[in-house]
Amino acid sequence: MMRLRIYYPVLAVAALVVVLHIVLAASGNTYYMTQITMSAYYALVVIGLCLLMGYAGQISLGHAGFFAIGGYTVAVLTTCNLTSVRETPAIGLLRSLGLLVQWQDLYGREILSFQPWLAFLAAMLLTVLIALVIGLPVIRLKGHYLAMATLGFGLIIYRTVLGAKTFGQADGISNVPAFGLVGSLQVNGRAPFRVQNYYIAWVAVLAAMVLSLNLIHSRVGRALRSIHQSEEAAHSLGIDTYRYKLATFILSALFAAVGGALLTHYNGSIGPSEATVIKSVRYVAIVAVGGMDNLWGAMIMGVLLNFLSLRGVFGSFDDAVFGAILIGVMIFAPQGLLRVPRLRAVTSLLPRRSHG
Amino acid sequence: MNFALFVQYALSGITVGSVYAIVAIGFNIIYCTTGIINFAQGEFLIVGAMTAISLAQVAPLPVAILGAVLITTALGAVVELVFIRQVRNASVLRLIIITIGLSILMREAMLHIWDEQVRSLPYFTGTEVSTVTILGAHISPQVLWVLGVSAVIVTALTLFFRYTTTGRAMRACADNRMAARLCGVNDRWMVTLSFMLSAGIGALAGCVVSPITQTQYDMGAPLAIKGFTVAILGGMGNSMAAVAAGLFLGLLEAFVVSVLPSSYKEVAAIVVLLLILVLRPSGLFASRDASALRAA
Amino acid sequence: MGSALLETRHLHRSFGGVHAVKDVSMKVRTGTIKAVIGPNGAGKTTLFNLIAGTTTPQRGEVLFRDKPITTWKPHAIAAMGIARTFQTTKLFPHMTVQENVMVGRHPRTHSGFLAGMLNLPCTWREDRETQTRATEILADLGLASYACETASNLSFGRQRLVEFARALATEPALLLLDEPAAGLNIYETQELSRLILRIRDRGVTCLIVEHDMSLVMDISDEVLVLDQGQKIAEGPPAQIQRDPDVIRIYLGDDHA
Repeated sequence: MMRLRIYYPVLAVAALVVVLHIVLAASGNTYYMTQITMSAYYALVVIGLCLLMGYAGQISLGHAGFFAIGGYTVAVLTTCNLTSVRETPAIGLLRSLGLLVQWQDLYGREILSFQPWLAFLAAMLLTVLIALVIGLPVIRLKGHYLAMATLGFGLIIYRTVLGAKTFGQADGISNVPAFGLVGSLQVNGRAPFRVQNYYIAWVAVLAAMVLSLNLIHSRVGRALRSIHQSEEAAHSLGIDTYRYKLATFILSALFAAVGGALLTHYNGSIGPSEATVIKSVRYVAIVAVGGMDNLWGAMIMGVLLNFLSLRGVFGSFDDAVFGAILIGVMIFAPQGLLRVPRLRAVTSLLPRRSHG
Repeated sequence: MNFALFVQYALSGITVGSVYAIVAIGFNIIYCTTGIINFAQGEFLIVGAMTAISLAQVAPLPVAILGAVLITTALGAVVELVFIRQVRNASVLRLIIITIGLSILMREAMLHIWDEQVRSLPYFTGTEVSTVTILGAHISPQVLWVLGVSAVIVTALTLFFRYTTTGRAMRACADNRMAARLCGVNDRWMVTLSFMLSAGIGALAGCVVSPITQTQYDMGAPLAIKGFTVAILGGMGNSMAAVAAGLFLGLLEAFVVSVLPSSYKEVAAIVVLLLILVLRPSGLFASRDASALRAA
Repeated sequence: MGSALLETRHLHRSFGGVHAVKDVSMKVRTGTIKAVIGPNGAGKTTLFNLIAGTTTPQRGEVLFRDKPITTWKPHAIAAMGIARTFQTTKLFPHMTVQENVMVGRHPRTHSGFLAGMLNLPCTWREDRETQTRATEILADLGLASYACETASNLSFGRQRLVEFARALATEPALLLLDEPAAGLNIYETQELSRLILRIRDRGVTCLIVEHDMSLVMDISDEVLVLDQGQKIAEGPPAQIQRDPDVIRIYLGDDHA
């Protein structure tokens, strides 16, 4: 296997994650883990968006929409109560196929709903479908028209989840059950599962990083970078630029949806605030400040900035901070903060963009 | 639907539509001169209205509005000088992202200066219960103010661009910046002027429509989306068509609301936007050569 | 030598009111070097764009190996075996020289998204081959020592050579060269001539747009002359040199 050294940072981060756990446990601050876990799931969105913006060179101002699609789909499917129709033939069939599960919610009510893994699968399929439907016409557009179209898409999702009863309107959906993975591992936000979920989230993030790193160092990754740097030349070398951009769009949508689905199970709920334009802009700001095509930068900034935001460090200026970051990066450091010469010393610890 | 109700909806649609048209014209002015789509356009309207509301507490209404327009115009100049001009060799996309950031900053600033309460300017003539009867429909006199002010803005701008030296210079910049510069036009000042103009007319429009739609700190973004939809619909840069397109969208929204729940009002505009971007990005009134808008 | 590798029939393309290419029919025979010459604005680059798929003709056909490719997209045409270079070099500025050439291997390789993401073993061999082929081509063109340089750092002449190498990496049957000698000095132009001849001897047919007459006369088997979008003359270089119409469009009526 060539280029094993691109995986060294993965191991380094994995080690850091364990060290962090030990430090927090020793100082009695394990409650920080909750917010780190949440930040990690948000970072999934950022990683996917980095592939789209930094490599395929396409902007999306609606990625919070895909996060919401992932989250709301699993929420609806795992909390819809089919008890009243359990004897109907259709539901009976689903039950016999083992696709439904009976459980008790926090209030002791009997709920019959879809298995979480089925809901997860459905969420992924729906995301791919919607990304395809939106992407097919929209990927053809240039620059700011693509930005506006994705913004419009994000707004439609927001209005839909805010307006429709099925999605809980302004209150969103709560009582979302845990997502049992394998054995006793489950995506669950309650205290006893805190440490377990900390590692589950980081495994998800590192898995996403490994897949992304593999991709950008592969033939497809080279093609994507070439599209970004000179679309006309790439086209003349046999690269179907439209198809590649569309595929990257769908892939990045999937990353966002996975983040949304897992975080929804973790939090036990989801609300329309996850689908706002502000959220989409935040994701863009994070990718920009990490360095548009710098995967590690995006991941680090994704976890860091979301963590700070969740801790309330930015206070009531939360959104303003991201707006300021966006402006600042665009004006002063369009290559991202981690490229500015002063920070070279720090970034020399991270892998350089040596691709093959 | 009887005729009076129809007229009511129609007038309501035209009122809102003319505001959208003004926002679209604001987009066009900046877009033509710089190629940037100013995402903060909607915020200019809200800043103007909010400033006028505050000033109206210490000054007579006309003075408050004038003051608000002047302050917002100055804000437009500041925005251009501080943020847009500083960026050297920026791609258009980078500048657009900057305006997105600006729209957020302005929104948050308004939230902190004025809080999230809904406010409004007092009605220019009469009160909220006075009505004027037109073709059997009872409407507020403010509607006539909106239509009147919009018409004045459009006319004044047309005259400005066609008959004044500065106006022609701006059009020259829009057409071919390098050539304009070679002819002695101070193109950087033209850019600043375009922002100021967009901010000013935005503020005026925001003030005149405030009694009807109320004003809240976060109304900027939805306005921008709709204004952009209208601008695209008419063809970017074509302000006459923007007026027609604005009226169209306003009417569409008004009649959609009569059929569907009001939360779907915004969805109507976005669907129109997406359809236009996909099917005919050059706008309804332009020629078919949309190739400039497509990627390879 | 003989059959037509590429053929255009009555190609027509106008922009606005200007007829960029007007009723151009021509053939390029396999294994030959054909040059397209003509004054500025004659429609040479438009002709290239029509062949390469960047522009679609309003009338007429383009046939490659007797198969119509008139409406094909550029990437499909490249996969078919037609490669091109550009009038202004379009390298991938932030990638290394090696990587630039590796992208050229794209149409001859297959690994997709899934295989790439999972780093499947079938991609290892393909990637190795891609690397090797790129290194070979670079060595062939004398660029081996620049392999790890960022493309935008190279001198103008070398950048052109890299674009050449990248086009060759696609293993084309037909190579379209758009003004390859532009901006090169006498020595570089001679190097270029030798290179193109070498490529031709390996079986790659070349269609060249060029202003540099010494290059054209030295290496072309056939010359096509365009003026204001129309074909004026077509034939071996010596014949073209003596053609009165050709002389007239270049030098004016007095010299015909």
